[in-house]
Amino acid sequence: MSEGEKVVKLLGAWPSPFVMRPRIALNIKSASYEFLEETLGSKSQLLLQSNPVHKKIPVLIHGDKPVCESLIIVEYVDQVFSSGPSILPSDPYDRSVARFWAAYLDDKWFPAMKAIAGAKGDEEGKALIQQLGEGLALMESAYHNISKGKPFFGGDRVGYLDIAFGCFLGWLRVTESHIGLKLLDQTKTPGLAQWAETFCADDAVKPVMPETDKLSEFAKLLMAKTASN
Amino acid sequence: MAGEVVLLDTWASMFGMRVRIALAEKGVNYEYKEENMRDKSPLLLQMNPIHKKIPVLIHNGKPVCESAIIVQYIDEVWKDKSPLLPSDPHERAQARFWVDFIDKKVYETMGKLWLSKGEEHEAAKKELLGIFKLLEGTLGDKPFYGGDSFGFLDVGLIPFSCWFYGFEIHCHFKMETECPKLMAWVKRCVQSRESVSKTLPDEKKVHEYTLAVTKVTTGA
Repeated sequence: MSEGEKVVKLLGAWPSPFVMRPRIALNIKSASYEFLEETLGSKSQLLLQSNPVHKKIPVLIHGDKPVCESLIIVEYVDQVFSSGPSILPSDPYDRSVARFWAAYLDDKWFPAMKAIAGAKGDEEGKALIQQLGEGLALMESAYHNISKGKPFFGGDRVGYLDIAFGCFLGWLRVTESHIGLKLLDQTKTPGLAQWAETFCADDAVKPVMPETDKLSEFAKLLMAKTASN
Repeated sequence: MAGEVVLLDTWASMFGMRVRIALAEKGVNYEYKEENMRDKSPLLLQMNPIHKKIPVLIHNGKPVCESAIIVQYIDEVWKDKSPLLPSDPHERAQARFWVDFIDKKVYETMGKLWLSKGEEHEAAKKELLGIFKLLEGTLGDKPFYGGDSFGFLDVGLIPFSCWFYGFEIHCHFKMETECPKLMAWVKRCVQSRESVSKTLPDEKKVHEYTLAVTKVTTGA
Protein backbone atom coordinates (compact mmCIF):
# COMPACT_ATOMS: atom_id res chain seq x y z
CA MET A 1 0.00 0.00 0.00
CA SER A 2 1.51 3.39 -0.89
CA GLU A 3 1.96 6.04 1.78
CA GLY A 4 -0.84 8.12 0.29
CA GLU A 5 -3.30 5.22 0.60
CA LYS A 6 -2.80 4.48 4.27
CA VAL A 7 -5.45 5.79 6.65
CA VAL A 8 -4.53 8.91 8.59
CA LYS A 9 -5.99 9.55 12.03
CA LEU A 10 -5.27 12.54 14.21
CA LEU A 11 -5.91 12.48 17.95
CA GLY A 12 -6.51 15.99 19.19
CA ALA A 13 -8.80 18.66 20.56
CA TRP A 14 -10.16 21.75 18.78
CA PRO A 15 -8.81 24.35 21.26
CA SER A 16 -5.21 23.11 21.17
CA PRO A 17 -2.77 25.24 19.16
CA PHE A 18 -0.42 22.25 18.94
CA VAL A 19 -3.17 20.12 17.36
CA MET A 20 -3.80 22.88 14.82
CA ARG A 21 -0.31 22.47 13.44
CA PRO A 22 -0.65 19.00 11.89
CA ARG A 23 -4.19 19.90 10.75
CA ILE A 24 -2.88 22.85 8.74
CA ALA A 25 -0.06 20.69 7.36
CA LEU A 26 -2.52 17.96 6.26
CA ASN A 27 -4.75 20.62 4.67
CA ILE A 28 -1.81 22.05 2.72
CA LYS A 29 -1.19 18.56 1.35
CA SER A 30 -4.93 18.02 0.67
CA ALA A 31 -4.61 14.84 2.72
CA SER A 32 -7.79 13.48 4.22
CA TYR A 33 -7.77 12.30 7.81
CA GLU A 34 -10.09 11.21 10.57
CA PHE A 35 -10.10 13.65 13.48
CA LEU A 36 -10.58 11.89 16.81
CA GLU A 37 -11.49 14.45 19.44
CA GLU A 38 -10.23 13.81 22.97
CA THR A 39 -12.45 14.81 25.88
CA LEU A 40 -11.16 17.41 28.31
CA GLY A 41 -10.19 15.75 31.59
CA SER A 42 -9.78 12.22 30.27
CA LYS A 43 -7.39 10.42 27.97
CA SER A 44 -8.59 7.73 25.57
CA GLN A 45 -7.08 4.25 25.46
CA LEU A 46 -5.87 4.97 21.95
CA LEU A 47 -4.02 8.08 23.13
CA LEU A 48 -2.37 6.26 26.04
CA GLN A 49 -1.34 3.43 23.69
CA SER A 50 -0.06 5.70 20.93
CA ASN A 51 1.80 8.14 23.13
CA PRO A 52 2.75 6.23 26.27
CA VAL A 53 5.75 8.49 26.96
CA HIS A 54 4.01 11.90 27.14
CA LYS A 55 0.30 10.92 26.95
CA LYS A 56 -0.37 14.17 25.05
CA ILE A 57 -2.10 15.33 21.91
CA PRO A 58 -1.61 15.72 18.99
CA VAL A 59 -0.78 12.19 17.85
CA LEU A 60 -0.87 11.30 14.18
CA ILE A 61 -1.53 7.66 13.43
CA HIS A 62 -0.56 6.76 9.86
CA GLY A 63 -1.56 3.23 8.98
CA ASP A 64 -0.80 1.77 12.39
CA LYS A 65 2.24 3.87 13.26
CA PRO A 66 1.99 6.80 15.69
CA VAL A 67 3.95 10.04 15.32
CA CYS A 68 4.08 12.38 18.34
CA GLU A 69 5.06 16.01 19.01
CA SER A 70 3.39 18.62 16.79
CA LEU A 71 6.47 19.95 14.97
CA ILE A 72 7.78 16.44 14.38
CA ILE A 73 4.38 15.53 12.92
CA VAL A 74 4.51 18.57 10.59
CA GLU A 75 7.93 17.51 9.30
CA TYR A 76 6.67 13.93 8.90
CA VAL A 77 3.63 15.08 6.90
CA ASP A 78 5.87 17.23 4.72
CA GLN A 79 8.15 14.31 3.99
CA VAL A 80 5.44 11.67 3.40
CA PHE A 81 3.02 13.70 1.28
CA SER A 82 5.79 14.84 -1.02
CA SER A 83 3.53 15.56 -4.00
CA GLY A 84 1.86 18.51 -2.25
CA PRO A 85 3.40 21.98 -1.77
CA SER A 86 6.51 21.99 0.47
CA ILE A 87 6.11 23.07 4.05
CA LEU A 88 9.76 23.22 5.16
CA PRO A 89 12.06 25.63 3.29
CA SER A 90 14.29 23.89 0.76
CA ASP A 91 17.55 25.57 1.82
CA PRO A 92 19.24 23.95 4.87
CA TYR A 93 20.11 27.30 6.45
CA ASP A 94 16.54 28.60 6.05
CA ARG A 95 15.32 25.37 7.63
CA SER A 96 17.61 25.82 10.62
CA VAL A 97 16.28 29.36 11.09
CA ALA A 98 12.65 28.22 10.88
CA ARG A 99 13.32 25.40 13.36
CA PHE A 100 15.14 27.78 15.70
CA TRP A 101 12.19 30.20 15.91
CA ALA A 102 9.67 27.36 16.30
CA ALA A 103 11.72 26.04 19.24
CA TYR A 104 11.92 29.55 20.75
CA LEU A 105 8.12 29.89 20.56
CA ASP A 106 7.55 26.51 22.19
CA ASP A 107 10.27 26.74 24.85
CA LYS A 108 10.05 30.42 25.84
CA TRP A 109 7.23 32.45 24.32
CA PHE A 110 4.15 30.25 24.66
CA PRO A 111 4.99 29.14 28.23
CA ALA A 112 5.10 32.85 29.19
CA MET A 113 1.67 33.38 27.63
CA LYS A 114 0.23 30.34 29.42
CA ALA A 115 1.63 31.54 32.73
CA ILE A 116 -0.17 34.89 32.55
CA ALA A 117 -3.53 33.32 33.43
CA GLY A 118 -2.09 31.86 36.63
CA ALA A 119 0.20 34.78 37.51
CA LYS A 120 0.28 35.54 41.20
CA GLY A 121 0.08 39.29 41.58
CA ASP A 122 0.83 42.34 39.47
CA GLU A 123 4.62 42.05 39.41
CA GLU A 124 4.67 38.54 37.96
CA GLY A 125 1.92 39.39 35.47
CA LYS A 126 3.73 42.54 34.31
CA ALA A 127 7.01 40.67 33.81
CA LEU A 128 5.29 37.98 31.74
CA ILE A 129 3.46 40.54 29.60
CA GLN A 130 6.75 42.31 28.98
CA GLN A 131 8.36 39.01 27.98
CA LEU A 132 5.50 38.35 25.59
CA GLY A 133 5.86 41.81 24.04
CA GLU A 134 9.61 41.42 23.64
CA GLY A 135 9.08 38.07 21.99
CA LEU A 136 6.66 39.61 19.52
CA ALA A 137 9.21 42.32 18.70
CA LEU A 138 11.71 39.55 17.94
CA MET A 139 9.17 37.77 15.76
CA GLU A 140 8.35 41.04 13.92
CA SER A 141 12.02 41.44 13.10
CA ALA A 142 12.33 37.77 12.14
CA TYR A 143 9.27 38.13 9.90
CA HIS A 144 10.87 41.01 7.98
CA ASN A 145 14.18 39.16 7.59
CA ILE A 146 12.67 35.82 6.61
CA SER A 147 9.68 36.78 4.45
CA LYS A 148 11.71 39.33 2.43
CA GLY A 149 8.59 41.21 1.39
CA LYS A 150 6.46 38.14 0.72
CA PRO A 151 3.25 37.56 2.70
CA PHE A 152 4.39 34.54 4.76
CA PHE A 153 7.48 33.37 6.68
CA GLY A 154 7.39 30.59 4.10
CA GLY A 155 7.32 33.10 1.22
CA ASP A 156 4.35 32.94 -1.11
CA ARG A 157 2.69 30.14 0.80
CA VAL A 158 2.09 29.12 4.40
CA GLY A 159 5.18 27.29 5.62
CA TYR A 160 6.63 25.65 8.73
CA LEU A 161 7.20 28.79 10.76
CA ASP A 162 3.83 30.29 9.77
CA ILE A 163 2.23 27.12 11.13
CA ALA A 164 4.42 27.01 14.25
CA PHE A 165 3.60 30.62 15.14
CA GLY A 166 0.15 31.16 13.63
CA CYS A 167 -1.41 28.39 15.70
CA PHE A 168 -1.00 30.62 18.78
CA LEU A 169 -2.98 33.58 17.36
CA GLY A 170 -6.32 32.49 18.83
CA TRP A 171 -4.91 32.16 22.34
CA LEU A 172 -2.98 35.42 21.90
CA ARG A 173 -6.28 37.21 21.22
CA VAL A 174 -7.82 35.59 24.32
CA THR A 175 -4.84 36.72 26.41
CA GLU A 176 -5.02 40.28 25.03
CA SER A 177 -8.68 40.53 25.98
CA HIS A 178 -7.90 39.09 29.45
CA ILE A 179 -5.17 41.66 30.17
CA GLY A 180 -6.92 44.49 28.31
CA LEU A 181 -3.91 45.21 26.13
CA LYS A 182 -3.14 44.61 22.47
CA LEU A 183 0.31 43.14 21.93
CA LEU A 184 0.15 42.23 18.24
CA ASP A 185 -1.30 45.17 16.30
CA GLN A 186 -0.73 47.75 13.56
CA THR A 187 1.18 50.08 15.86
CA LYS A 188 3.49 47.70 17.67
CA THR A 189 3.95 44.95 15.08
CA PRO A 190 2.69 46.16 11.69
CA GLY A 191 4.27 43.34 9.71
CA LEU A 192 2.84 40.64 11.97
CA ALA A 193 -0.56 42.34 12.05
CA GLN A 194 -0.85 42.02 8.27
CA TRP A 195 0.64 38.52 8.35
CA ALA A 196 -1.88 37.38 10.99
CA GLU A 197 -4.81 38.49 8.81
CA THR A 198 -3.43 36.79 5.72
CA PHE A 199 -2.60 33.64 7.68
CA CYS A 200 -6.05 33.31 9.25
CA ALA A 201 -7.72 33.80 5.86
CA ASP A 202 -5.68 31.05 4.20
CA ASP A 203 -7.69 28.04 2.97
CA ALA A 204 -5.54 25.59 4.90
CA VAL A 205 -5.96 27.55 8.15
CA LYS A 206 -9.51 28.95 8.16
CA PRO A 207 -11.32 25.62 8.73
CA VAL A 208 -9.22 24.81 11.83
CA MET A 209 -8.68 28.23 13.45
CA PRO A 210 -11.09 28.45 16.40
CA GLU A 211 -13.08 31.66 16.96
CA THR A 212 -11.71 33.81 19.76
CA ASP A 213 -15.13 33.88 21.54
CA LYS A 214 -15.30 30.11 21.62
CA LEU A 215 -11.74 29.96 22.95
CA SER A 216 -12.53 32.52 25.67
CA GLU A 217 -15.48 30.40 26.80
CA PHE A 218 -13.26 27.35 26.82
CA ALA A 219 -10.58 29.22 28.80
CA LYS A 220 -13.19 30.06 31.48
CA LEU A 221 -14.20 26.41 31.63
CA LEU A 222 -10.58 25.33 31.91
CA MET A 223 -9.83 27.81 34.72
CA ALA A 224 -12.94 26.72 36.63
CA LYS A 225 -11.90 23.11 36.25
CA THR A 226 -8.32 23.83 37.35
CA ALA A 227 -9.59 25.79 40.36
CA SER A 228 -11.84 22.96 41.46
CA ASN A 229 -9.13 20.26 41.16
CA MET B 1 30.75 21.72 0.63
CA ALA B 2 33.53 24.20 1.35
CA GLY B 3 33.24 27.24 3.52
CA GLU B 4 34.49 28.45 6.85
CA VAL B 5 33.17 26.54 9.85
CA VAL B 6 33.58 27.78 13.42
CA LEU B 7 32.19 26.13 16.57
CA LEU B 8 31.61 28.06 19.80
CA ASP B 9 31.51 25.50 22.57
CA THR B 10 32.76 24.40 26.00
CA TRP B 11 34.73 21.16 26.46
CA ALA B 12 32.31 19.57 28.95
CA SER B 13 29.05 20.40 27.16
CA MET B 14 27.05 17.34 26.11
CA PHE B 15 25.25 19.49 23.58
CA GLY B 16 28.54 20.74 22.13
CA MET B 17 29.79 17.15 21.91
CA ARG B 18 26.83 16.27 19.70
CA VAL B 19 27.98 18.86 17.19
CA ARG B 20 31.65 17.83 17.38
CA ILE B 21 30.71 14.19 16.77
CA ALA B 22 28.50 15.13 13.80
CA LEU B 23 31.25 17.28 12.25
CA ALA B 24 33.76 14.45 12.71
CA GLU B 25 31.37 11.92 11.15
CA LYS B 26 31.18 14.16 8.09
CA GLY B 27 34.93 14.83 7.99
CA VAL B 28 34.41 18.60 8.24
CA ASN B 29 37.35 20.80 9.21
CA TYR B 30 36.43 23.55 11.63
CA GLU B 31 37.85 26.05 14.05
CA TYR B 32 36.99 25.29 17.68
CA LYS B 33 36.60 28.21 20.09
CA GLU B 34 36.31 27.43 23.81
CA GLU B 35 33.89 29.79 25.54
CA ASN B 36 33.94 30.82 29.17
CA MET B 37 30.29 30.88 30.17
CA ARG B 38 31.04 33.25 33.01
CA ASP B 39 32.63 35.68 30.55
CA LYS B 40 30.91 35.21 27.21
CA SER B 41 32.74 36.42 24.13
CA PRO B 42 31.35 39.29 22.00
CA LEU B 43 31.18 36.76 19.15
CA LEU B 44 28.89 34.44 21.12
CA LEU B 45 26.63 37.32 22.19
CA GLN B 46 26.47 38.51 18.59
CA MET B 47 25.81 35.05 17.11
CA ASN B 48 23.28 33.87 19.71
CA PRO B 49 21.72 37.03 21.13
CA ILE B 50 18.45 35.26 22.08
CA HIS B 51 19.78 32.47 24.28
CA LYS B 52 23.46 33.43 24.68
CA LYS B 53 24.30 29.71 24.88
CA ILE B 54 26.66 27.24 23.30
CA PRO B 55 26.99 25.37 21.03
CA VAL B 56 26.79 27.76 18.10
CA LEU B 57 27.93 26.68 14.66
CA ILE B 58 29.01 29.55 12.42
CA HIS B 59 29.03 28.54 8.75
CA ASN B 60 30.26 31.17 6.30
CA GLY B 61 29.56 33.80 8.93
CA LYS B 62 25.97 32.66 9.59
CA PRO B 63 25.04 31.22 13.00
CA VAL B 64 23.09 28.02 13.65
CA CYS B 65 21.96 27.50 17.25
CA GLU B 66 20.48 24.66 19.35
CA SER B 67 22.40 21.36 19.18
CA ALA B 68 19.65 19.19 17.64
CA ILE B 69 19.02 21.86 14.99
CA ILE B 70 22.77 22.16 14.32
CA VAL B 71 23.20 18.38 13.87
CA GLN B 72 20.29 18.30 11.40
CA TYR B 73 21.82 21.26 9.55
CA ILE B 74 25.19 19.47 9.34
CA ASP B 75 23.45 16.33 8.07
CA GLU B 76 21.61 18.30 5.37
CA VAL B 77 24.60 20.35 4.19
CA TRP B 78 27.23 17.58 4.17
CA LYS B 79 24.76 15.05 2.87
CA ASP B 80 27.10 12.87 0.83
CA LYS B 81 28.85 11.26 3.78
CA SER B 82 27.60 9.29 6.82
CA PRO B 83 23.88 10.16 6.78
CA LEU B 84 22.65 10.67 10.32
CA LEU B 85 18.87 11.13 9.95
CA PRO B 86 17.10 7.95 8.73
CA SER B 87 15.59 8.22 5.26
CA ASP B 88 12.38 6.44 6.26
CA PRO B 89 9.89 9.12 7.39
CA HIS B 90 8.58 7.18 10.41
CA GLU B 91 12.07 6.24 11.61
CA ARG B 92 13.13 9.86 11.15
CA ALA B 93 10.19 11.02 13.25
CA GLN B 94 11.10 8.47 15.94
CA ALA B 95 14.75 9.62 16.03
CA ARG B 96 13.62 13.24 16.39
CA PHE B 97 11.09 12.27 19.07
CA TRP B 98 13.71 10.59 21.26
CA VAL B 99 16.27 13.40 20.87
CA ASP B 100 13.50 15.81 21.88
CA PHE B 101 12.73 13.53 24.85
CA ILE B 102 16.39 13.56 25.90
CA ASP B 103 16.43 17.34 25.67
CA LYS B 104 13.28 17.69 27.74
CA LYS B 105 14.09 15.13 30.43
CA VAL B 106 17.70 14.03 30.83
CA TYR B 107 19.53 17.30 31.43
CA GLU B 108 16.91 18.65 33.83
CA THR B 109 16.77 15.42 35.83
CA MET B 110 20.57 15.29 36.02
CA GLY B 111 20.51 18.81 37.41
CA LYS B 112 17.97 17.77 40.06
CA LEU B 113 20.18 14.84 40.97
CA TRP B 114 23.29 16.91 41.56
CA LEU B 115 21.60 19.80 43.31
CA SER B 116 19.19 18.01 45.65
CA LYS B 117 19.43 16.06 48.88
CA GLY B 118 17.44 13.44 50.77
CA GLU B 119 14.01 12.49 49.38
CA GLU B 120 14.28 14.81 46.38
CA HIS B 121 17.63 13.25 45.50
CA GLU B 122 16.22 9.73 45.77
CA ALA B 123 13.30 10.68 43.54
CA ALA B 124 15.63 12.22 40.94
CA LYS B 125 17.81 9.11 40.99
CA LYS B 126 14.77 6.87 40.37
CA GLU B 127 13.56 9.18 37.60
CA LEU B 128 16.94 9.23 35.86
CA LEU B 129 17.31 5.45 36.01
CA GLY B 130 13.79 5.14 34.63
CA ILE B 131 14.71 7.41 31.72
CA PHE B 132 17.84 5.39 30.89
CA LYS B 133 15.87 2.12 31.05
CA LEU B 134 13.27 3.57 28.69
CA LEU B 135 16.00 4.63 26.28
CA GLU B 136 17.60 1.19 26.61
CA GLY B 137 14.25 -0.40 25.74
CA THR B 138 14.03 1.74 22.61
CA LEU B 139 17.39 0.40 21.42
CA GLY B 140 16.15 -3.19 21.61
CA ASP B 141 18.57 -5.58 19.95
CA LYS B 142 19.86 -3.16 17.33
CA PRO B 143 23.58 -2.39 17.36
CA PHE B 144 22.84 1.35 17.12
CA TYR B 145 19.75 3.50 17.49
CA GLY B 146 20.16 4.14 13.76
CA GLY B 147 19.92 0.36 13.13
CA ASP B 148 23.06 -0.95 11.49
CA SER B 149 24.56 2.49 11.29
CA PHE B 150 25.37 5.21 13.79
CA GLY B 151 22.69 7.89 13.49
CA PHE B 152 20.99 11.01 14.83
CA LEU B 153 19.76 9.48 18.08
CA ASP B 154 23.13 7.82 18.72
CA VAL B 155 24.76 11.24 18.31
CA GLY B 156 22.08 12.78 20.51
CA LEU B 157 22.54 10.38 23.42
CA ILE B 158 26.19 9.24 23.45
CA PRO B 159 27.61 12.43 25.03
CA PHE B 160 25.57 11.77 28.19
CA SER B 161 27.61 8.59 28.77
CA CYS B 162 30.45 10.77 30.13
CA TRP B 163 28.28 11.36 33.16
CA PHE B 164 27.71 7.70 34.00
CA TYR B 165 30.87 7.46 36.09
CA GLY B 166 29.71 10.43 38.15
CA PHE B 167 26.22 8.94 38.65
CA GLU B 168 27.66 5.66 39.82
CA ILE B 169 29.77 7.36 42.48
CA HIS B 170 27.09 9.87 43.52
CA CYS B 171 24.16 7.44 43.46
CA HIS B 172 25.75 4.14 44.47
CA PHE B 173 24.60 2.03 41.57
CA LYS B 174 26.31 0.34 38.66
CA MET B 175 25.09 1.25 35.16
CA GLU B 176 26.39 -2.15 34.00
CA THR B 177 23.87 -3.84 36.34
CA GLU B 178 20.99 -1.46 35.76
CA CYS B 179 21.30 -0.96 31.99
CA PRO B 180 23.62 -3.62 30.52
CA LYS B 181 22.39 -3.20 26.93
CA LEU B 182 22.85 0.55 27.08
CA MET B 183 26.40 0.11 28.40
CA ALA B 184 27.12 -2.35 25.58
CA TRP B 185 25.89 0.30 23.13
CA VAL B 186 28.18 2.90 24.73
CA LYS B 187 31.20 0.57 24.35
CA ARG B 188 30.22 -0.16 20.76
CA CYS B 189 30.02 3.55 19.90
CA VAL B 190 33.37 4.31 21.53
CA GLN B 191 35.11 1.34 19.92
CA SER B 192 33.67 1.60 16.42
CA ARG B 193 33.33 5.36 15.91
CA GLU B 194 36.46 7.48 15.95
CA SER B 195 34.20 10.56 16.05
CA VAL B 196 33.02 9.38 19.48
CA SER B 197 36.32 8.17 20.98
CA LYS B 198 38.09 11.36 19.96
CA THR B 199 35.32 13.66 21.20
CA LEU B 200 34.22 12.26 24.56
CA PRO B 201 36.37 13.66 27.36
CA ASP B 202 37.74 11.50 30.16
CA GLU B 203 34.86 10.71 32.53
CA LYS B 204 36.94 11.39 35.63
CA LYS B 205 37.70 14.90 34.35
CA VAL B 206 33.97 15.36 33.75
CA HIS B 207 33.19 14.19 37.28
CA GLU B 208 35.70 16.64 38.81
CA TYR B 209 34.22 19.42 36.72
CA THR B 210 30.66 18.53 37.78
CA LEU B 211 31.68 18.56 41.45
CA ALA B 212 33.30 21.97 41.01
CA VAL B 213 30.27 23.43 39.23
CA THR B 214 27.90 21.96 41.82
CA LYS B 215 29.93 23.59 44.60
CA VAL B 216 29.69 26.94 42.84
CA THR B 217 25.95 26.54 42.21
CA THR B 218 25.02 25.40 45.70
CA GLY B 219 27.62 27.53 47.44
CA ALA B 220 28.72 24.38 49.23
